[in-house]
Order: sequence, then C-alpha cells, then structure tokens
Amino acid sequence: MTATTQAVAAPAPSPVLAFLKRPLVVALILIAALLVLGEILSPGFASAQQILRLLIVAALLGIVAAGQNLVILGGREGIDLSVGGVISLSAIIAGNVMNGADSAILPAVLACMAAGAFIGLINGMGVTLLRIPPLVMTLGMLGVLQGLLVVVRNGIPSGFAAPGLSRFVTQPFLLGLPGIIWLWVAIGLLMAFMLTRTVYGHRIYAIGSNEQAAYMAGVPVKAMRISLFMLSGVFAAITGICLLGYSGSSFANVGEQYMLASIIAVVFGGTPLSGGKGGYTGTMAGALLLVILQGILTTVHIDESGRQMVFGATLLLLMLFYGRGRAMRG
Amino acid sequence: MSTATLPSPRPGTLKRFVERYPFLPALVIAFVLLALNGLYQPRSISFTGITGLTKTYLALMMLAIAQTYVVYAGDIDLSAGAIVSLVNVVIVVMMEKMGGTGFSVIAALVVGLLTGLACGIVNGVVVAALRLQAIVATFATSIFFTGLALYVMPVAGTPAPATFWRTYGGRFFEIPFVYFAVVLLAVVLYVLARTRLATQLLAVGDDAQAAFQSGLPVTRIRIQGYALCGLFAALAAFCITGDTASGDPLVGGKMTLFSVAAVVLGGSALSGGFGTVVGSVIGALIIGLINSLVFFVGTPSEWQNLVQGLAILVALMAGVLVGRRARA
Repeated sequence: MTATTQAVAAPAPSPVLAFLKRPLVVALILIAALLVLGEILSPGFASAQQILRLLIVAALLGIVAAGQNLVILGGREGIDLSVGGVISLSAIIAGNVMNGADSAILPAVLACMAAGAFIGLINGMGVTLLRIPPLVMTLGMLGVLQGLLVVVRNGIPSGFAAPGLSRFVTQPFLLGLPGIIWLWVAIGLLMAFMLTRTVYGHRIYAIGSNEQAAYMAGVPVKAMRISLFMLSGVFAAITGICLLGYSGSSFANVGEQYMLASIIAVVFGGTPLSGGKGGYTGTMAGALLLVILQGILTTVHIDESGRQMVFGATLLLLMLFYGRGRAMRG
Repeated sequence: MSTATLPSPRPGTLKRFVERYPFLPALVIAFVLLALNGLYQPRSISFTGITGLTKTYLALMMLAIAQTYVVYAGDIDLSAGAIVSLVNVVIVVMMEKMGGTGFSVIAALVVGLLTGLACGIVNGVVVAALRLQAIVATFATSIFFTGLALYVMPVAGTPAPATFWRTYGGRFFEIPFVYFAVVLLAVVLYVLARTRLATQLLAVGDDAQAAFQSGLPVTRIRIQGYALCGLFAALAAFCITGDTASGDPLVGGKMTLFSVAAVVLGGSALSGGFGTVVGSVIGALIIGLINSLVFFVGTPSEWQNLVQGLAILVALMAGVLVGRRARA
C-alpha cells in the first residue's frame, strides 16, 4: 500500500457517484423505491396511516439499534447479542412496576434503565477486564437473561402497560405524530450531536479505529468501552418499555427478534461491523428500510415459507450495496 | 504488565502441554462435570446413562465440529442451525415419500448430505466470494434456509420411518449404534485434521493477508470451510432426526448459538487461526453435562434455565481465559 499504487488504483470518482454511494443516500433511495413497490403491490401501503405505523415499528428497532451502533462503532469486534434479552426483561419489569397505573410510569422507566445499564456494565466488564470477546460475552449473557426470564415469568404475572405509555407509543402527540417518534428523533439528534461534536463521541471513533493509538493519546479505553455497553443496555431497555406500550402487555421473549435485526439495521446504515466509522443517521434509515421491507412482505399474500425466502434473499441483495470487504491483493 | 518485568522462566511442562493440546482445560471441566453428575445421580454415569447422553448430544457435537471449520478461518456461520432444520425436513419427507424402506433411507441420506453441502457452498460464496460480513450474511442465509425448510414441511410432526430411528437408537453386536457413529466420526476427524485443508483454513484464520501473499487461494479455502461446515451440519441433522424421530422445520434454530458456545468452550479462538475440533466436541459435551447436572442436582424447574445459563457463561469465561494463557 504505497502512495504510488494508491494513486494508480483509485482515479478520483465523480462527485455525483460518490454522493450516490454514501450509505445514507443508498438507504433513502431504497426506502423510496420500496415504498413505491409496496404501493404498487398493495394499494394503500404508502398511505399516511400505514407510514405512521411503519415509523412506530421502525422507532422501536431504531432505538435499540442506537445502542448496538455505539458498541459496534467502538470496534474490537464489538457486538451486543444480549439486547434481545434486555428488551424482554425490560418489558416485563415495566409491566409489573407500572401495572396499568400512569403514576408508576416514571419509576418503571427508571427501574428498566437501571437494569439495562447493570447488564451492560457486566457485559462491558467481561469484555474489558477479562478480555472476553464481545460475541462470546454477550452470547453467554443472552443465555443468562433467557433463564432469568423463565424465573421471573413463573414468579410474577406479566403485568400490563399504563394507558399513558400506550398513548405515548400509539396515539398522536404533536403534529399528528406519536411521542415515540419524537423520542426517536430526539435520540437521533442527540446521537448525531454526541458523535460529531463531543469529546466522548470522538473518543468512540478513536477506540474503534485504533485502540492502541487512542490509549497512547490518553483515552480511557476500558471505561469508554464499558460505557458503550451500558448505553446499549439502556437503549435496549427503552425499546423494551416502548414495546410494552405498543403491545399492551409483555409476552414471552418479545425481544428475541431484535437481536440480529438491530445489527442488520446498523450494517444497512453504513457502519461496518469492524467499527471505527459510520454513524447513527444511517442506522435510522437502515431501521426504516428493514421495517418497510418486512411490511411489504406481510402485505403481499404469500406463504410464510416464501416470505422468509424472499426476505433472506433480499437482505443478501441489499448487503451487496454496503461496505463489502476489500479484495485480497498481493 | 507485571509479568513482563519478571524474568521469564522456561515454560512449565503443564503450560507446554496445554499449548500442544488446547482442549485439555475443557477436558478437565468435562471430567469434573461427569464426576459431579455421578455424585448426584450414580445412574447417569452408567453405561446406559452415557449412551443416552451421547445419543442426545451427538447432534450438537456434530454442529460444533461444523462450526469449528469456519471458525478456523476466522469466519462464523449463524445459519448452521437452519441447515440442520432444512436437512432434517428434507430427509424425513423424502424417506416418507419413498415408503420408508432401507433403500429410501440411504437415498435420503445422500440427498441430505448434498443439501448440507449446497447450503455450505452458498454461505461460502456469499461470505468469501461476494465479501459480505459473515455475521449478517449468514444470518440472512439462515432466514432463507428456514424459509426453504418451511416450504418442504410447513408444520412439524411428520414421523421418520422406524427403520431410521430404530437403527440410530439400536444396538449391533450388543453395542449401541451411536458408539459406532462416534468411532467413525473419530476416524473422519483424524483424517481431516491431517488434510491440507485443515492447515490452510488455520493459515487463513491466522493472517489472511499473509496466506494470500504466500500463494494460498484464500477465497476458495474459505468456501471449502463453509462447505465442510454444511456437510457436518447435515450429519448433525441425521443425528437429531434419529433422536427425535420426526421432522421439524425449526428444530435446529436454537442450536446455532450453542454450537458457537461449544467451539469457544473447546478452546478455539473465534478470531481464527487457532483451535481443535476435539475441543469443540468436548465443548458440546460440557453443555450437555451442565444441562443434566442442573437437572440431577434438583434445581427447581423454573430455575434450571438460569442456572444453566450462568454455568455456561462461567465456563465460557474460563475457556477464554485459560485458552489465552496457554497461547500467551
């Protein structure tokens, strides 16, 4: 990789092409295309009401993907497989603490976020202090959480959402949009601000792209990484609470489907699993893209088997648009 | 940091031993678990008890072996469980359609192996040739394979013909069939470990760039690793079909993450370039022994999953820590 070979290998790409190849732009174009496709396949798919519903579902995925995004950005094969377990656990904690009473929403939210942060703390300590690979650590944690869910479920009823929480997730709040969408927008703005304008954000990219250099430059690498896992736990807990509001009551393993979906949303948003580059704006588009794709597949009348095959094949096809690995060169 | 300042002594005999046989810590854990099983339920370590354990966990052992070959090269296969499901329904449907005769069983097994091989090659092409990220790409193929399995058999419950599961659970010359399978497996693994492919996979996992520069066809080797994974996933499907005696399009789904856990328990590095299949087999055995021990100790049923989860997490941590110490 000398300067001369680079100059020969990479002629300056046209600015238009470079713009079109940006992950966020790719995702937005694909979203528009899928909405048109959905409208053609089943008229009414792209109606305002349907889009609103898709946005709510995308917000649920997008919030947990924010945490996943941070862990992945932090590099060193960062990944959090335990988010699904945290979501399920959070939904059941929230349901029991509030138990249908609006007055108990705040303590419920605090309890869930504390639980999420605690699980993230353990994950982060295992990854940094014991240097367990994140995949292994969070996989083991997922097993523990699934066991914990069985214990909790046998001990206490599943609980149900407070009306205020359900309104927040499903009913219009401001400008015709429910509160959860505003929450998602707020998280998006905060994440963008944090990643681009704060020392903390810059440090995330620093440890993600070159941990050794970041350490030399005085970044508290271990504390940073632990905090990322804690944030992932907190974001997963928030999704769990909102999911309770969306469905009314929690049921077995509601969170399971979010484990790999959150990772795919991040990848579709242009953050490679190797970390160190990317951002949350793309992930938001990635979450929306994934949800619209699923939405189309549920509207079209095909068997479950066909739906899964089309979904899997489409995911592969879409991945071809994003950060493919570099070809081997001598 | 403190160890660096100490004068480094000649590595101890034990350390060199662990370096040469990285699965030793796992073996010790497995023996301790076995002893504990025997302590709480003497019958569990009787001949019948061990046979039962082998019969149940042979499928997971096979899948752990499958996963090991991709992990060798630094890849991962999250579709391994879905391949198990697909091969399971394919062979059950085929045996049923052909009348459940001895010939139909053999024909179905051949088709099952080819199905596993095809799935593995698809994974390999997607990850190595198209250069997609292994975790997300094999997750996508797992959705596709699950869809195929649901197409072949929409709902679980078609029984496997008696010829098939009676053979798997039966005895020959007073020796249970599964032991013949284990011996055959050991021979196959011994031969595979001595092939060029195993070494090449490890070389790619250790440093893909270096392997490429020394002239290895890295892409083809990685595809071959996935193909091998598909074949062993098919074998895992045969075992699970013999054990459950029926077809279920979702039977393997839960096994994927356990197969990854078994590989780590066995002392292999997920980053590639270091590991043994024997370790993965022992890792699968450890998971099985933990599950049975939790049961024999008399854990209340609702607590069993939690205790199992905690025990596996602790074992995973121990596996990683000991494995790293051995390599350091």
